Formats: sequence, structure tokens, C-alpha cells
Amino acid sequence: MRGPAVFPARLRRGGRGGADLAFPALTMTFAAGVVVLFAAFILVLSCQAWPAIERFGLGFVVSGEWNPVTGRFGAMVPIVGTMLTTVVAMTVALPVSFGIALFLAEIAPAWLKGPVGAAIELLAAVPSIVYGMWGLFVIAPIMADRVEPWLGEHLGFLPLFSGPPMGVGILSAGLVLALMVIPFMAAVIRDVFMMTPRNMKEAAYGLGATTLEVVRDVMIPCGRKGIAGGVFLGLGRALGETMAVTFVIGNAHNLSWSLFAPGNTIASMLANEFTEAGDALYAASLIELGLILFMITFVILGAARLWLRVGMEQGGGR
Amino acid sequence: MKSLAARRAANLAVLTVSSLAALFGIVMLAWVLGDVIVRGAAAINWDFFTSLPAPPGMKGGGLANAIVGTLILTLTAALIAVPAGIMAGIYLSEFGRGALFAAAVRWLADILVSAPSIVVGVFVYLVLVRPMGNFSGLAGAVSLAILMLPVVIRTTEEMLSLVGRELREAALALGSSYPRMMFAVILRAARNGLVTGVMLAVARVAGETAPLLFTSLNSPYWMSGINEPMASLTVTLFNYAMSPYDDWHSLAWGAALLITVSVLTVTVFTRMVLGIRAGRRQANG
Amino acid sequence: MEEQDIAVSVRNLSFFYGATQVLFDNSLDIRRNRVTAFIGPSGCGKSTHIRCYNRMFSLYKGQRATGEIIIDGANVLDPSTCELELRRRVGMIFQKPTPFPMSLFDNIAYGLRIQGIKNRSEIEARVERALRGAALWDEVRDALHKPGTALSGGQQQRLCIARAIAVEPELILMDEPCSALDPIATARVEELIEELKGRYTIVIVTHNMQQAARVSDYTAFMYMGRLVEFGATADIFTNPAKKETEDYITGRFG
Repeated sequence: MRGPAVFPARLRRGGRGGADLAFPALTMTFAAGVVVLFAAFILVLSCQAWPAIERFGLGFVVSGEWNPVTGRFGAMVPIVGTMLTTVVAMTVALPVSFGIALFLAEIAPAWLKGPVGAAIELLAAVPSIVYGMWGLFVIAPIMADRVEPWLGEHLGFLPLFSGPPMGVGILSAGLVLALMVIPFMAAVIRDVFMMTPRNMKEAAYGLGATTLEVVRDVMIPCGRKGIAGGVFLGLGRALGETMAVTFVIGNAHNLSWSLFAPGNTIASMLANEFTEAGDALYAASLIELGLILFMITFVILGAARLWLRVGMEQGGGR
Repeated sequence: MKSLAARRAANLAVLTVSSLAALFGIVMLAWVLGDVIVRGAAAINWDFFTSLPAPPGMKGGGLANAIVGTLILTLTAALIAVPAGIMAGIYLSEFGRGALFAAAVRWLADILVSAPSIVVGVFVYLVLVRPMGNFSGLAGAVSLAILMLPVVIRTTEEMLSLVGRELREAALALGSSYPRMMFAVILRAARNGLVTGVMLAVARVAGETAPLLFTSLNSPYWMSGINEPMASLTVTLFNYAMSPYDDWHSLAWGAALLITVSVLTVTVFTRMVLGIRAGRRQANG
Repeated sequence: MEEQDIAVSVRNLSFFYGATQVLFDNSLDIRRNRVTAFIGPSGCGKSTHIRCYNRMFSLYKGQRATGEIIIDGANVLDPSTCELELRRRVGMIFQKPTPFPMSLFDNIAYGLRIQGIKNRSEIEARVERALRGAALWDEVRDALHKPGTALSGGQQQRLCIARAIAVEPELILMDEPCSALDPIATARVEELIEELKGRYTIVIVTHNMQQAARVSDYTAFMYMGRLVEFGATADIFTNPAKKETEDYITGRFG
């Protein structure tokens, strides 16, 4: 059993009361600090965003207008941009992460597992700004010169892949974001795979199952909570990530079907405009954007955590 | 009836695709690191570590103030977050078993770990920078501390709960008071895990940019106190990379290399010396 | 012994973990439709020995076996022998019950489905037959769609036996199948082994000598990776030929 708690509840009243009572109270105060901090987040952001909330109401989230000159603000563009970049990122990152995890857990020869596994874990520790900068200087030109023209030529009939290849835009931002979350998700999923009880795997192999069948029918179902936890954490990172996106999103207040078009996410808008917002309503609108981003991640991760309670306790994710 | 051959083919196909995905991921990631090393190394020289930034367009210059700034910001953040986080972690592991309040704290801490860091920057701007009237290193450190805090709390809880009940009972049986038992015995027993967790959290916030953009801002000068804008490697990198000057781009690559190497060194060193993979356990060795 | 009475013929089986040799030239014949028990002190190699019969060791790097294990005319250790087909024909039961994370019904149907049997009524019939064969049908007939993990430990182990016999193997390997069970559950599994032995060849590894004496027809005593003595159970227990065997069964070591 882990998690021993031997605080002597019955002894509390007798004997050496004083110090022993003060200590739990003191530690509890610090723990309460987390709750206070959380409440302060919501309270401060809501209050400071109030001018915008009052002025635009629910219209804020459905309006695509963002004009500091006329003082009209709507969050549609960055909200859609955040969703799109996240969807692109997860579409690429999920299969690749699964591939890497499966490779590291079941396929790679022993001499490769150690070094490659360690490399993946280290890459998960590389700061996101490094990925962002690399995206700007290396990926964006390649996207503009080769990838996007090729996609446009072959898949251009889809609105997603139409339009001029700009290099910076939703697609590039999504790809850089994918690159950033891949090591993290791959490491978590690999850990979950490796935690499949050895017995369970042998039993499946013992029935004559192939590796694919063992992974599909035993390893993934056994670890589904841990895997889901890792995927949700990756999703949370992708939604709230600033630096990997800001460099390559192109920073345009623009709503388009094309993934090649420059756009904005909530985080990149805050990074670019927050210090420039002199006007009170402008600042309040940006703060409301921050509040929306906070609430989106709060709802997604909070719900995931509640649902995954057991899986997380088993150490499926961090 | 599905033949053996068909099953083998399906198996082989999936394993091949998986290996290719792994190869793709690893090649991309190697590409990132390779570029950072090659382009970064070109920018690194003596001046990089010892000089102040040169004005735009002028040759030379370094990032000495940003290097020191990042160190100050990270250390200050750790000074705030580590004691507070350990105390809260003690509560969760020792007194909060089964309590609804503790479950709520745990839940909120887990969510705060993944809170968007840029929103943390906005929050600290609103509660510190605006009331105090200026950007400051202190505000930057507080933002980083907020990001560290939940990590430290959860690591502390996990590491403390790995220490056996017997050790606690043995210390208490000697007549030690509860706090004394915690600090003199249990925290010591959990020391390696705690240090690992804290170092990994430090490494993580040292590479953060977004929460510093509106708090410590940036500065081309040496800092004279913690109450003024303070340069950091990450924000400098951001500004330089977004600038139109080639010299600055080169310095940005240098900064990227320095940050990456520092973060990775701390991570590797911590893991090797302390030999614990904090927060993760490995089965089937 | 007649040729057709032999289910497994082991010749000069040696086994290595990397450079360390742990089995040394084991040779013996396992009789068809009988129970053969492997006994010996911990670490003597008895589990390693039977894990060669279905080539389970091939999952792990650095483990290799030399020699010959002939099952139905084919050498198991020959790389050209198809592992998937081999393991279908050689079932295995482990120390701890291993219900897969799926319903009880699907657990047993699993082995059938991966072989491509899709016919619903055939699967149902074979699941029922396997559960009856494992003496579990009456206990679980109304709970087939509950997860396998909802059963008690002893029931889970019998579920695993049912899962193994559903694919109609020729040989069933049991690696200390009762060591995680209480005495009552153990007794039920032993009864089940008794019932199965007319139809299946069973090889059981056990650290419990009484169990070996109760359930087996033949007993192999292993010590330090060598096969010390092999013969009819009654002979081994009442009149061992070797001194080590006698010392072990009289409890002088191990």
C-alpha cells in the first residue's frame, strides 16, 4: 500500500496538542492557496474583462470583427484558429505518437529502445519556443515553396487546400504544434504500453495472437485510461500553447476555409497585442479572450481528470 | 475464415506503418535539434556570454544580461514555489487522505499544471504589473512560480506517499512531534524524488516565454533590481527572431541552443545522478 | 512407449539468458493425454523449460534455446515453425489469472475470433462447451457479459483454462496455476485437471509436491537446470532413484 497516513487522529486531543495541531493547519493553508489562486484567476479575469462582456455579451464569441479603431471586437477568428490548429496538430500527432510508442514498446530491438526512448523524453523537455522559432526559419519556407504548392496541385479541389501558399498559416502552425506534442504523447503512451502486465501479454501471445492483435485487443484496452489521459494532456498543451504557434500562424485577423491562410489563435493574439492595447475596451476584449481560453482548457482537462481519476492514480500520465 | 497469411500480412503492415511513423517522428525531431545545434553554435562566442545586446544593425553584442536575467527569474520563482508547494504537498499526503477538500485541491492542481501559460502572464499583469505601475522581474518570477507550484505540490505528495508508514511510526514512537518527524525524517527519506521533481519543474519553467511577455518584459541593460523590467533568454529570443535583422536572427539561434542545452543538461543530469524518473514508473524493466 | 503415445519429445534442450546458461541438455518424452508435473526448488528452470514448448521466450531479447522439441513431427525450436499456429495448439495457463479487459464471453471467444471464426452460433456453442469443460458454466451462465475481472480469483483461473481449451489445443501448459489461489479454489482447479486429462495432454509446473503427487501421472524433478529424474509419479515419490530427488521430496532442501 502506498499513501500511508498515520496522523494520530485520536491523539490529537490529548498530549502534545499545540504544535501538532498548528502544523496541519499551516500546511492546509498552503493547500488552500491553490484554491484561492484558482478562484482569483477566474475572478480577476472576469472583472477585468467585464467592460467587454457587458458591451458585446454573447455576440463576442460569434462575431468575427476585430477593429480597435471602431472599438468593435469579436472572438470568432481566434477561437476558430485555436480549434483548427489544434485539430491539425492532433490529426498528425496522434498516429505518429502511437507509432512511436508502439515502436518503442514492442517493435524496436533492445539496443534501439533505450537511446530512442531517452531521446523522445528529452525532446519532450525542449522549450516550445525552440520549436516555434525552428518552424519560422525552417518549416515555413519549405511549406511555402514545396509542400503547400504540392498539396494545392493535388488536393486543391478541397477548400482546405486552396489559396496561395504563404508558408505561414494555420497548417504550418498546426504542424509545428504537432511536432511539439508528439514527444510528450509518445512518451506517455509508451509508458502505458510498458505497464501492461507481462502475464496479460503472454496470455494473448500464448493463444496465438499476432503483435497487432495483442496491442489492439489487450494493450490498448488495458491502458485506455492512461492513454486517454496522455492524449488529453497533449490536447490541453496544444490548445493553450503560445510560442510554438505565434511564430508561424501569420497573425492575420482572417477567417478562411484554406489551411494555407494566415490566421490567429487566442494565445498568439494575446502574445502579439496585449502590451499594445491602450484602450480600455480593447484590453478588456483581450482579457476576455484569455478568460475563454482558460475556461476551454479548464472544462476539457477538468472533465478528463474527473473521468480518468482511476487511470491517473495508476500513473498513466503526469 | 481469415487465413493465417492474412493475419500475418495485417500484422506486418501495421508494424511497418508504425515503424515508419516512428522514423518520421524521430527524423523530424533530429532535424529540429540538428538545426538548433548547427545554427546556434555559429552564434556562440565569448561576447555572447559577456556583452550586452548591440543596437539593431550593429555587429556583435551578446546576451549577457538575458542569461543572468533568466537565472534570476528562475531562481526567484523556485524560492517562491518550492517551499509553498512542499507545504501544500505535505497537507495532501499526510492530512488530506479521503478529504473532499484535498481531492478538490488535487484536481485544481492537476488542471493548473496544464493551464495556458500565456493566461498566467495576463493574470500576473493584472494583479501585479498594473497596480505597481511597471513591468518587473518580480512579476515575471511570480508567473513562473505559479507554473511551478502545482508540479511541486503533486511531486511532493507522490514522493511522500512512497515513504513507508513504518518510518513515520518509528519516528513518532521515539516521541518526535509530527512536524519534526516530517522535516527530519520523511522529507529526508523522500529527498531524491523531491529534488528530481523540483529540478524538472525548474527546467520546464526556465524555457517558458509566454508568461514573461507581459510581466518581466525585456530590457537591453543590466538589471539593477528585481523591481524593473528584466531581460530573459526566451523573450529576447522571441524579439530577435521576429526582428528583420540577420545578426539578431543569429543571436536568436544562439539563445535557442543555450536554452535547449541548459534545459536538457538539467534534465539528464538530474535523472542520472538521482536515478529516479519522477512521476513515472517502469514495468517490465 | 509407442510413438503415437508421445505428445512432446524433448531432446538436449538447453536455454540461455544472454550468456548465462540455465537449462542443460534436458531430454524427455511427454505422454499424450496424461498429466506430467515438473517439480524442483525455485530457480531450477522448470518454468523456463515449459516456456520453450510454445516458444514464449521469443518475446524477450537475448533469450534463446537450443536442442529439439518435437510436437506432432515438427521441431518447435526451428525458426520456420509458425509461432502463431504453434501457440494455438499449445495453450498456456499462468501463475496469476489473466482475464483480458473484455467481457467474460469475449474472453473465451477471443481465441476463436482471432482465428477468423465469425459464425455467431458456432462461437456461442464453443464458448459454452469450453465453459462447461472448465466446470464454470453453471456459475457464470447468467453473467457472460460482465467483465472477466468481476470473477473471483479461482473463477478467473478457470476462465483462463476455458479460454485455452476453447481453441482445442493438443497440449496445455500450466505454470504454477494454483499458487495465487486459496485452498478451496485450488481443489477445484485440481479436480478440473483430473477431468481434462483424458482429452488433453497437460504439463504442470508446481512448487507444491502434494499437488504434483495428487494430479500427475508422471513427474520430472529438476535441479539447477538439469533434469535429475523423470518417471511415473508413484515411483518418484515412493522410490526415487537419485539422492537429490529424495532429499527434495522429503523436505531436506528447497
